[in-house]
Amino acid sequence: MTAAPVREGPTAAPGPARRRRPARKQRPARRGRRARWIGYATAWLWLAPALILFALFKFVPMARAISMSFKEVRPYLGDRWVGLDNYRAVLGDDAFRAAAGHTVVLAVGETIGSIVVGLILALLLEGTARHLWFVRTAVFLPTVTAMAVVAALWRIIYYPAPDGALNSVLGWVGLGPGQYLDSPHTSLWSVMAVGIWRSAPYDMMIFIAGLAGVDRTLYEAAAADGAGPLRRLWHVAFPSMRPVFTIVVTLAAIRGLRVFTEIFLLTNGGPSGSTEVVMTLVYKLGLERNELGIASAGSILLLVATIVLTLLAQLLRRGNHK
Amino acid sequence: MRQLDTALGLGSIRGPIGRIVKVALYALVVFIFAGPLVALLVSAFGRVTDPTRLSLIPHDLTLDNFRGAFHQGVLRYLANSLIVVGGGLLLQIAVSVSAAYALARKQFPGVRLVLLLILATMMLPEEILAIPLSLVLADVPVIHVNLVGSLAGMIVPLGAWAFAILVMTEFMRDVPLELEEAARIDGAGEMRILWSVILPVCRPALGVLGIFGFTMIWDQYVLPLLVAQDSRQFTLALALRSLRADDQVGTGVIIASALLALLPSVVVFLALQRQFMRGLTSGAIKG
Repeated sequence: MTAAPVREGPTAAPGPARRRRPARKQRPARRGRRARWIGYATAWLWLAPALILFALFKFVPMARAISMSFKEVRPYLGDRWVGLDNYRAVLGDDAFRAAAGHTVVLAVGETIGSIVVGLILALLLEGTARHLWFVRTAVFLPTVTAMAVVAALWRIIYYPAPDGALNSVLGWVGLGPGQYLDSPHTSLWSVMAVGIWRSAPYDMMIFIAGLAGVDRTLYEAAAADGAGPLRRLWHVAFPSMRPVFTIVVTLAAIRGLRVFTEIFLLTNGGPSGSTEVVMTLVYKLGLERNELGIASAGSILLLVATIVLTLLAQLLRRGNHK
Repeated sequence: MRQLDTALGLGSIRGPIGRIVKVALYALVVFIFAGPLVALLVSAFGRVTDPTRLSLIPHDLTLDNFRGAFHQGVLRYLANSLIVVGGGLLLQIAVSVSAAYALARKQFPGVRLVLLLILATMMLPEEILAIPLSLVLADVPVIHVNLVGSLAGMIVPLGAWAFAILVMTEFMRDVPLELEEAARIDGAGEMRILWSVILPVCRPALGVLGIFGFTMIWDQYVLPLLVAQDSRQFTLALALRSLRADDQVGTGVIIASALLALLPSVVVFLALQRQFMRGLTSGAIKG
């Protein structure tokens, strides 16, 4: 597979290119059309590896998901068309509705949380000084850490005993021990905190890039007019960063809706279903209980929500530009 | 007049109290965000007696945790992870360079449609495709190969990555047409033009692809989860969960394995940090 694009290109291309040269002087018109077709063919050959991989691993699964969502999938017996039954089953299922609720809470909470924390970090760590660069790099590390490592680490940090890592740290400032992932009351918030810990530095970097684009003379002008730092933020920095906010919100919200790995590794939906989200539920339905049709319907509903959200954000962004 | 370089103007705060507050704030954010990772590093070399202890201060240095981890076959999982990341990166770069060459340097009917289709897959989270993808992997259409239970199954789907193609296409568009024409007049074929005219100019883009691809593949969880059938195909990420489920395995071993899964991504990030920031901000601002 790896060698394919390298091999297709050269064998297809140099031959015709060389044959073309003398012909150019004699028959310009015919050469033009032939060369154009050869040009198209080479272009598609260069595209072929990507198109094949996208077709096999993106579009075929997508089509499969849509078609399975209308069927009762029965291995060896052949699938049976059931129309909208799967969607009805999903939407009528209390577990699914609870999971959708958790997903929305988690997506909204993580989005707002990582934007607020990311913005605070960006304002605190903006600048060109070397020590700031060091602090930024250190703060950014959670973002490049694999989720599996993050989950393993936070399960140890969240250890619910009074002498667990987080409980010891909170003990220094006089806060009582918590149960975190082990209690249905705090589990969703604990997962959310890990999500914010991991994605806030990412938002920070985008905000810092946005802040770097703000016209410096505006700050000077505002300061000359006697505006303090907070008014400068509100009236100068934030308005010029509006497109950046739209982007960050969209990215964070999409990231939030598709949440799976965090939950799967931190709680797997527990305790007593308090952190079950749409994707963990779909995974259990599909791969553990083999209800492929119903699981597909759940995935498609989530996909539709993601697409609606993306398009909405695009519309908003276009509105902002005007 | 005071110089205003940043929105809050923190850089111009002088005086001992202002400085102490600033340093305290920096220390606090570093403690919150990097502290847990440092604790992982330190604890991996410490004697872990109970499942609750993470320490920031080294004591009782030992390699027992790593010995225990190697005894659990963690080296094999590490090797699997490295094979997947190496193969996946090569495939991603080859596929996206080839596709971007056509999309950026060639004109043909359908070029906009292809770009649109590729862009659309960015809205398609892989988690959502997980179940149909597992069926496709078990019986790849047309060629009818079963990729489940082999590392190839974790590598090949990585080649279809819209982000890499878009970054590469953007970069290749900016290469001046004169360079290409000059090479063509000198009789260079397609392959020569791509290899010795276009690619050298796009070196920064290759850096961006390298670091983003590495981080993306190293973070992969869903795909390996669908493909791996037993522990022989486990990547480190998968192994961390199964180690935790095993009562015989102590926390020290998990910490040491987590550290092994952490280090490569941190090292690569630090080495290619500039490219990473460039890709992050350019991709994000352009949307």
